[in-house]
Amino acid sequence: MEEALTLLSFGENGWGDTIAAGVMVTVFLAIATLPFGLILGFLIALAKNSSEPSLKLAANIYTTIFRGLPELLTLFLVYFGVQIGIQQGLKLMGFDAFIEVNSFVAGMVALSLVFSSYASEAFLSAFRGIPQGQFEGGNALGLSRYQTMTLVILPQLIRLALPALGNLWLILLKETSLVSVIGLPDLVREAGIAARVTKEPFLFFGIACLVYLLLAMISSTGLSRIERWTKKGEVAR
Amino acid sequence: MIAANPETGQIRPPAPPRAWTNIRIFGHVLMALWVISGASLLYFLGSNIASTFVEKYWLKYVDGFLVTLQIVGLSLLVGALLSIPVALARNSTWKIFSWPAYGYVYFFRGTPLLAQTFLIYYGAGTFRSELEAVGLWGFFREAWYCVIFAFSLNTAAYQAEILRGAILNVPKGQWEGAEALGISTPVTFFKIILPQALMVALRPYGNEIILMIKGSAIASIITIYDLMGETRRAYSRSYDFQAYIWAAVAYLLIVETLRRIWDKIEARLTRHLKR
Repeated sequence: MEEALTLLSFGENGWGDTIAAGVMVTVFLAIATLPFGLILGFLIALAKNSSEPSLKLAANIYTTIFRGLPELLTLFLVYFGVQIGIQQGLKLMGFDAFIEVNSFVAGMVALSLVFSSYASEAFLSAFRGIPQGQFEGGNALGLSRYQTMTLVILPQLIRLALPALGNLWLILLKETSLVSVIGLPDLVREAGIAARVTKEPFLFFGIACLVYLLLAMISSTGLSRIERWTKKGEVAR
Repeated sequence: MIAANPETGQIRPPAPPRAWTNIRIFGHVLMALWVISGASLLYFLGSNIASTFVEKYWLKYVDGFLVTLQIVGLSLLVGALLSIPVALARNSTWKIFSWPAYGYVYFFRGTPLLAQTFLIYYGAGTFRSELEAVGLWGFFREAWYCVIFAFSLNTAAYQAEILRGAILNVPKGQWEGAEALGISTPVTFFKIILPQALMVALRPYGNEIILMIKGSAIASIITIYDLMGETRRAYSRSYDFQAYIWAAVAYLLIVETLRRIWDKIEARLTRHLKR
């Protein structure tokens, strides 16, 4: 027991700071992915909700692809595909260089693609929960379409979509672990290094699991706070 | 829709042609991009179907596909069996049953499948002497068994929640009503309770199967040659990017086929709700 505590301590003999650095990478990757995934997901939901069939179809193809591919494969496609694509492009322009794509960026792009396709479904079902009269009411008050969207629809949309988006955030947090495979020093990778050096795999992977649980718990608390905040308007009635 | 006014006989004028609004143009541009990329993908695959890469590796891909099916099938089956006691314990009013079950479900749903797989596969090494003493080391030494073990525990947690939701969803009055009509318990369960529970559970079960197919790609990280594992091996040997493209097409086909089948099943089970 004491030995385990020494191994986990911070400083020279312990792996605490390595693990902490891994946690930071995991959290940063998830937070950096979130805005891109949300905005892209919202735009795709708008496309799916539009009355224009071609736009709807284009958006549906996007979600079909990125919800059907395993996340790991999407990651490899982005990581190797972009690398090869840039190299080919440079070759066409006459340069012959080896370009390595940053694994953080590759992870961010891949996770944003996956997150946005799921988030679009969450937004779409939230759109369906908003009565048509809200759009018409905004119109009748002389608001522009942009104003109606931002002032009337969006606040209600967030409230309706929040539970599903909260789940997606928890899934995103777990999916960041995949990025360890392409070499990003996240929680799982750092735990793996520590496990290999100290020959205590159960301890370190167990700690990694517990940290993920802790992150999930913190997120749930934060999410329920946000949910309470979005419902502030309802309580008054 | 009425085509003509019955009193005056006036024929309804045709709908005006749809205008080329900005949104419509944008939608068509996006669709054109999809069509172009789809066509170039088809061209790429078509022009490579007789290449040395395909000739060399296509049998490996078939093997990998079968391994993926085995992993998913076995894990789902074991998980389904495990999920029944977990769901029952979770529904129990006895805290000694419900709390551990809650902890189990929370742990396996709250941590990444990758970390769980590593915990079981590499973590078993910590307890080597203990496992050897009880004769289980042979089980945990093999990556294959570890993957099945980890995936089964993982999917059991998800399936237990699905099952719990479905059981809670069927009102008690259904049991009582059947009893009042003198219907025997097995008939009540299979003809009355199960169809109603399935209606609720079917969609989440389908999603769980799809999640499992996608999650099974993780097995490739601990040296299992499933579809993803064979893909990674083919890529590392040939440095040919089409390795990943073929895999993507295969996974998309599997998932889409399954989703279509599932839609059909759901349509059949809920056919009395259609109007």
